[in-house]
Amino acid sequence: MASKLSAVLAAAKSEHRAALIGYLPAGFPTIDGGIAAVKALIEGGCDVVEVGLPHSDPVLDGPTIQTADDIALRGGVRIKDVLRTVAEATTAHPGTPVLVMTYWNPVDRYGVARFAAELAAAGGAGVILPDLPVEESDEWRKAAGEHGLDTVFVVAPSSKDPRLAEVTAAGSGFVYAAAVMGVTGTRAAVGNLAEDLVARTRATTDLPVCVGLGVSNADQAAQVAAFADGVIVGSAFVQRILDAADDDAGLAAVRELAAELAEGVRRR
Amino acid sequence: MSEKDYLPGTQVPDARGYFGAYGGRFIPEALVAAVEQVAEEYEKAKADPAFAAELDALLKDYTGRPSPLTDVHRFSAEAGGARVLLKREDLNHTGSHKINNVLGQALLTRRMGKTRIIAETGAGQHGVATATACALFGFDCTIYMGEVDTERQALNVARMRMLGAEVIPVTSGSRTLKDAINEAFRDWVANVDSTHYLFGTVAGPHPFPAMVRDFHKVIGIEAREQVLERTGRLPDAVVACVGGGSNAMGIFHEFIPDAGVRLIGCEAAGEGVDTPRHAATLTKGDPGVLHGSRTYVLQDEDGQTIESHSISAGLDYPGVGPEHAWLKDTGRAEYRPVTDDQAMQALRLLSRTEGIIPAIESAHALAGALVLGRELGPEATILVSLSGRGDKDMHTAAQYFGLYDQNNGGK
Repeated sequence: MASKLSAVLAAAKSEHRAALIGYLPAGFPTIDGGIAAVKALIEGGCDVVEVGLPHSDPVLDGPTIQTADDIALRGGVRIKDVLRTVAEATTAHPGTPVLVMTYWNPVDRYGVARFAAELAAAGGAGVILPDLPVEESDEWRKAAGEHGLDTVFVVAPSSKDPRLAEVTAAGSGFVYAAAVMGVTGTRAAVGNLAEDLVARTRATTDLPVCVGLGVSNADQAAQVAAFADGVIVGSAFVQRILDAADDDAGLAAVRELAAELAEGVRRR
Repeated sequence: MSEKDYLPGTQVPDARGYFGAYGGRFIPEALVAAVEQVAEEYEKAKADPAFAAELDALLKDYTGRPSPLTDVHRFSAEAGGARVLLKREDLNHTGSHKINNVLGQALLTRRMGKTRIIAETGAGQHGVATATACALFGFDCTIYMGEVDTERQALNVARMRMLGAEVIPVTSGSRTLKDAINEAFRDWVANVDSTHYLFGTVAGPHPFPAMVRDFHKVIGIEAREQVLERTGRLPDAVVACVGGGSNAMGIFHEFIPDAGVRLIGCEAAGEGVDTPRHAATLTKGDPGVLHGSRTYVLQDEDGQTIESHSISAGLDYPGVGPEHAWLKDTGRAEYRPVTDDQAMQALRLLSRTEGIIPAIESAHALAGALVLGRELGPEATILVSLSGRGDKDMHTAAQYFGLYDQNNGGK
């Protein structure tokens, strides 16, 4: 049986459009505010959401997400709060797959089997663990498989073709093409590395290939949607919340950006 | 450069970079190709006599190796009468052991055709050594240093800039070594085509722990011969400070097969291991993943890193090299905590009994030797890694001991 994540991405494909995947860290700006913000991503038009589990050492994140993680951790966010965020989002929107994106150590420390079981129980669809390379992922993938969770792996422009084949063979749900060399953060222009990476990745797998590269507006989303199966947006949502005067304005800004991007991925 | 079997049938690290349960390669996909390139190029270099010859020449004519072995009689009297011998890495060019690894990786950088080097630094010794090598080889150089450390090691910041390096103070997190490493990784992900990350300790993803150890094992190879020649026997114990653990792995490595030689690492206990302000990772940490390898980490129940504290910037790190984690678990090495105050007293003692001002990092090893000497008694011989000199620490020491004239305002 196809996972919820696969089904949603297939549905977008059947509409001849890319899916919109939104990211926000749990606990940002507060634990309850973060839950509302994740719901706002979905209400605004995201097909899939990624809930970040904030980490003390976010080595792959740029200043925007570092700031959000820092606010969340100072606010006392715990793994149980991340799981509650997943549970409340999936309860409110049962059709929308909710993934957790985090670094490996929190999962390792919490307990691989325990984390997989509790994430599945919360209704989570899977994980993205960008510092867990395929070679180190056996234990996690076994636990994820037992609980019906997808494991999304990341590929990069520096990944050589044989490596792409290894990575995509191990993953499920979709392939995350991190299509600029660098940390997370919005960028002014869509680079040409992305299209090449998507083409090389597609040559190795039937999984959908979704692209994250710092998209922040509808035009960029439309550009990426022209060659990718999904458009992943994170820092731009975080920035809207950071810029908002208060929590309600932040939620409105998240909904507004999600709607704008949802229009972008549907452009022909 | 031959690998050793530490335990029967155990080749360490294994092909995946594991020392027992520790090590490995926990890195983002964007760095996989670059880290594999480092590993492949290092294997080729190890097999190339020209590489060894060039490195040996640099170590001799530029660094000033072999470094001396110094008997410290007046200091020994305070160590229960045990004979204390100092391996004088402080006398290397740039003032610490760090230059050994830096020159090796600089040669490797040139072989890889890269033109820019980045590095993290805590006390600034690795940063100074890296900036020095970049000047020598003509590489662009960027050094990341926690803002707290740029303040307490201001002299080394000036040295790096004098050598032509860009020094970027890191203001995230605890603003110390851990965060400098985070920022260097971010730079590397964005600039990996042109840039080598010249990692400064025996931590990080495979092959860094083994490679950095190999570039430092000259310390132990020289010291073992020097001690045998000087005393006619092996030492009873080898003592070194451990932050990430590079000087300790360097001096320990050659002695690992010598079962009768105790290997003792001194960790920074800060204000005490029963307070929250310490950096005693092996004493108080738990296995986890930090900066690319599985090792002991100071962390909470959710796997968030706990901020470390030490008066010594070079030991102020909540992780440790994976080979140390393995040596601890196998019992081959022991790790003891040494407080800020113990280290500062040892720093003053060596200065006043021997005319040698050690780095605060190295003073942790000296403090460990004072305790050990009293345990072992006057028949014992203790080899101590004096990993660096203390010039950079004079501001901290002057404040600690009140050495500034009052009317000079403390600075």
